[in-house]
Amino acid sequence: MQVEVRGITKCFGAVRANDNISFTVPSSSIEGILGENGAGKSTLMKILSGFYSPDSGDILLDGKKVTIDDPADAIRQGIGMLHQDPLDFPPFKVIDDFILGKKGGLIPNRRAAIREFNELATRFDFSIDPESYVDTLTVGERQQLEILRLLWLGSRVLILDEPTTGISLPQKEKLFATLKKLAAEGMTVLFVSHKLEDVEALCNRATVLRQGRLVGTVEPPFDTKVLVEMMFGKEIPQEPKTQLRMGTTVLHAKHVDVEGIRIQIKNIDLRVRAGEVIGVAGMEGSGQTLFLSACAGLVQPVKGSLCLDEDEKDMTGKTYHEFRKKGVVYLPAARLEQALIPGLSLTEHFILSEGMKGLFIDRKKSEELAKSRISLFNIKGRPDSPVESLSGGNQQRALLALMRDPLKLILVEHPTRGLDVESTIYIWGKLKERCARGTAIVFISSDLDEILKYSDRVLVFFAGRVTLPLRASTLTVERLGRLIGGKDWDSIETEVSHA
Amino acid sequence: MRDTRGNRLLFQIGAILFALVIASLVLFLAGAHPLAAYKYIALGAVGSWDVASNVLVSWVPLLLATSGLLVTFTVGLWNIGIEGQITLGAIFTTWAMRLLQDSGWNPGIILTIAVLAGVLGGTLWALLAGALRTFGGVNEIFGGLGLNFVATALNIWLIFGPWKRPGVASMSGTLPFDRSLWMPIAAGSSRLTPATIAIAIVGIIVVYAMIEGTYFGLKLKAVGKNPRSAYILGISTWQNMMASFAICGVFAGLAGAVQVTAVYHRLIPSISSGYGYLGLMVALLVGYRASLAAPVALFFAALNVGSIQLPIVLKLDSSLAGVLQGTLVLFVILGHGVRARLLKKTKGTP
Repeated sequence: MQVEVRGITKCFGAVRANDNISFTVPSSSIEGILGENGAGKSTLMKILSGFYSPDSGDILLDGKKVTIDDPADAIRQGIGMLHQDPLDFPPFKVIDDFILGKKGGLIPNRRAAIREFNELATRFDFSIDPESYVDTLTVGERQQLEILRLLWLGSRVLILDEPTTGISLPQKEKLFATLKKLAAEGMTVLFVSHKLEDVEALCNRATVLRQGRLVGTVEPPFDTKVLVEMMFGKEIPQEPKTQLRMGTTVLHAKHVDVEGIRIQIKNIDLRVRAGEVIGVAGMEGSGQTLFLSACAGLVQPVKGSLCLDEDEKDMTGKTYHEFRKKGVVYLPAARLEQALIPGLSLTEHFILSEGMKGLFIDRKKSEELAKSRISLFNIKGRPDSPVESLSGGNQQRALLALMRDPLKLILVEHPTRGLDVESTIYIWGKLKERCARGTAIVFISSDLDEILKYSDRVLVFFAGRVTLPLRASTLTVERLGRLIGGKDWDSIETEVSHA
Repeated sequence: MRDTRGNRLLFQIGAILFALVIASLVLFLAGAHPLAAYKYIALGAVGSWDVASNVLVSWVPLLLATSGLLVTFTVGLWNIGIEGQITLGAIFTTWAMRLLQDSGWNPGIILTIAVLAGVLGGTLWALLAGALRTFGGVNEIFGGLGLNFVATALNIWLIFGPWKRPGVASMSGTLPFDRSLWMPIAAGSSRLTPATIAIAIVGIIVVYAMIEGTYFGLKLKAVGKNPRSAYILGISTWQNMMASFAICGVFAGLAGAVQVTAVYHRLIPSISSGYGYLGLMVALLVGYRASLAAPVALFFAALNVGSIQLPIVLKLDSSLAGVLQGTLVLFVILGHGVRARLLKKTKGTP
């Protein structure tokens, strides 16, 4: 089935997640959808699969204009979406999960469904026992189950969102073979990924999005340099960096292994020094957050040890509160979900973070505290403003204002995501002030310019692998982009060992 | 629609009117004249000094339960197990009284020890629910519900077993305590016990001051509104949850102790009288604001006592009070929901 989008626009508040996107994917083809985090890939796919409705623009299937009301309607019209995290029912048996979305009589015909399931599975060489339970399957097998289910429901367009994350190599090969077979049979496949090699190996064409807009469409043979440039933008010349300071050790991660639900990172060895800034790059979900959480005691490493200070005080297995007492703070990206408390005012946040002693709250003193912090950090809000009423930039300023002084180490996810230029400069100014006083900062960002501009050293994560710290001054946006996409890893590792 | 004090009040008045309409409909279907029924409820609650004092007798345990629940609601917990905590408070109080009733000690001392024993019982039962939640991963609603059944079974077993009346065990409970061991009754009244009223009033003031004015209360609010962020801000989450369970248990235990020492003067099978569940409704109705708990609890107590008149005068079942209370809570919460939806729509968020 031919899929066409015409002038799709979707805004979330002030953010234009999709801005007038138009392209056509012919039937029997595999289209790669490329773009960095926040480029608008997922929003567009969610519009196609009925999760969102576009603010304007049309969707055409085989040249006919359609409206898609909800995901069930998308499936009726032949569009099936395989989500990054499989949307299945782990406590169910495979066969019950399989027949769940099917329209039919009151009592499902399980025997017929099992027969059809087995036929489909044999066709694609999948071996899943229909009577086993979903939670006993690997992520790759759950993906296979989901593909079979979508095919059985009559999908003629298959959307896959980052399908190669968290599955094994043989499973990936099987997935690619399956997708090629399906395309040959007339299926249209939209393959959303940030892994350049996957797109190169699989797709007939690649469409690149950046900041909500369509950048262009590329035919094979793919030139990695062109793709990276399209995804991340043109090279911006970097200002010369001041000499790297080598302060005392603040944190030493010794051969740390961390495990998440879908990802494992092995053997990270990192020494963070006072006053330095380390940027952590990589596509979302490559293990950065997991590693940073482990450095703060929010997640316990499965192997290795974490030590603080020059005298290597062992903190392995300690809780975040113990790290916090030693001057380590963690600032999550989801401000309202994980860092601030909606419903409480700015003043109440300051009271809580100061950890005041005594029984009763001194209202006057705490309001003065709030007022002074508000003016010091230039927050647009009153002491009694509920935090959720502040804009994103002001929430981020509030988060910085909540940090105690002095601190040893600040671990921060996406310090300036979604903020305007003024707030970005302001926040980095405040962070750099801390660095000048000896605080080390490790930050995650998907903005490569931000990484290169503010870091002394850079770590790159890719599918659970981590580079050794790279000097920021030796990197360019293009090289960083290639590393994030999984290219050039061999050369980098040898370079570092020579350094 | 804009978020104003005016339309908030409007929605609340609307909810009360709706509740009255539904209750009137129920009365009408039962073949009674709604206005007459409301008149008898009002008379039954405040028609004489004697019935009015009955309202106060019922108000004390209800307000105690509500006070405790305000603390657990603040930290984001649904302490359904409060019924069992009241029962355990009553059992511990009875136990202490039985041990000490023949000791010849000053009745004041015996009563004080008995009340403290009740506090201990309620607290232990609440901590059990808290431990199940914190260390066992059992949701406090399920854990609490389970413990309620255990508490009821324990209570019945005691009444029909070890603590049965001489001769034959009876549904009317254990043998009443000697009059000297009753909570002192106010002069000129048959049931009013000033000491328990004082406990309830002090209790709600303490809870109000704690939630609104102390660091501890602010921490509870923070954990209740967003435990994850609270943890990142350096606030211990499970410790504060356990503390609020314990505080609620103290109040539940006090309610149980009041039921034994001031109301029934013995242990009876339904010693909690449903005040725990009714307290949940009061807490929901006041939107977890401690300042409104005392008057609303008084109103609910008046409905309970007033509707006792219905079977006598109108040959109706006294469960009408429950119908009124239930529909009132439903409509007030529904009003909040509808209002929130309308506010959201105006803002234009999806």
